Amino acid sequence: MNEETVIQACGLTKYFGARAAVYELNLEVPRGCVFAFLGRNGSGKTTTIRMLMGLLAPTRGAGRILGHDIRTLTPEVRARIGYLTEEHQLYGWMQVRECGAFQARFFPRWNDRIYRGVLGHFGLQPAAKVKDLSRGERAGLCLALTLAPEPELLVLDDPGLGLDPVARRALIESMIYLTRRSDRTIFFSSHHLSDVERVADYLAVFDRSVLRACCPLDTFRARVRQLRLRFPGPPPALPKIPGLLQAVRMENELRVTIVPHGGAAEKILQALSPREMEPVPLTLEDAFISYLGERGEKTFILSELEAQA
Amino acid sequence: MPIVFHINTGSNTPIYQQITEQVRLAVTTGGLAVGDQLPSVRVLAEELVVNPNTVARAYGELMREGLLESRAGRGVFITPKRKVFSRDEGWRRLEPLLGALIGEAMTLDFTPAELRAAFEAKMHQWKHPKGGDRNE
Repeated sequence: MNEETVIQACGLTKYFGARAAVYELNLEVPRGCVFAFLGRNGSGKTTTIRMLMGLLAPTRGAGRILGHDIRTLTPEVRARIGYLTEEHQLYGWMQVRECGAFQARFFPRWNDRIYRGVLGHFGLQPAAKVKDLSRGERAGLCLALTLAPEPELLVLDDPGLGLDPVARRALIESMIYLTRRSDRTIFFSSHHLSDVERVADYLAVFDRSVLRACCPLDTFRARVRQLRLRFPGPPPALPKIPGLLQAVRMENELRVTIVPHGGAAEKILQALSPREMEPVPLTLEDAFISYLGERGEKTFILSELEAQA
Repeated sequence: MPIVFHINTGSNTPIYQQITEQVRLAVTTGGLAVGDQLPSVRVLAEELVVNPNTVARAYGELMREGLLESRAGRGVFITPKRKVFSRDEGWRRLEPLLGALIGEAMTLDFTPAELRAAFEAKMHQWKHPKGGDRNE
């Protein structure tokens, strides 16, 4: 494993009973990037994160985090990782200030300036009781607790979940602030594509237990393409098209979303002799939804390798 | 006057491209002049709340086009325009924009005279470094 790879999964698989929650996952997260882990609810994101954190034993396969086997993570390695869970587990009877003092005892390093800075960013008073905090404030507190030990790898499981727009913006600002140190890596799952668009360099798309895309965000956007074909009459039957995601048939028009591989799909579409064929620009959300929506073929995968080809 | 960027997420234009387009527009309309300084990658990224690599990519593209230059230790500046595209390539890029403009004007029921007048009025924003029109 490359020293510049901070997370690596190799055939990582987890079964719950007969159901595969994560199937044959291969993943590499380079050091220093902001990596978004996307997928619908129940697609296996949290299970993957829990395996990578060494909290859940994989059924098969292997993983390494900061170069260490995920099955045998020591407290020293764990202290270099900041892990923010979905549930924001906190003790309700503690004050915000006490949470920091408590957490600090578990880490060799504790930067109280960062702790107070993040609290301030979320408008949290040190004397406030945890049980009186709003959802957004709890998220801010958890983020402060996660960032203060200055972890070199930050793993955030759906940090934007249930946050109002102001709290979400504070979260994103904190993430951007963190990239000031170029050796820090952020791995986060999210459903907020506008946040992903702002902060992520890389994305991975998970669909029903299987990784379906893993590449730079710009590559994903550039590679998922929609073409509009106009015909003088009703459009012809659609032949088999490699990399087809979706085809929508209208009166005189076909709208085809594809992940093209070397022009083969375009050639087939051109052979239908449309009166006009033009690309339709897609938003990140459009691309994501057509990537995960219903369709016939689902064997291809975007990789960084293809992007370079 | 410093340039004020507006970033829209959920647009079909990627963020880095929104930045390059806004710089180009500010330069053509005189909002930015030769020698003006732009914020550093880090400062702009934090101001716009976007990944610094996105800003770096936008600046990189503008530098390749010859619109921006980075002066060591001092920052990023608007350069005197040098020609990076051939005349033919320039036209190839301009042509579709003109077509789109006319098409849009037709759909919106403007007359050719109205479009011409609006075009002329807008042209006054263009502060050409050589000063004024070639025809005058």
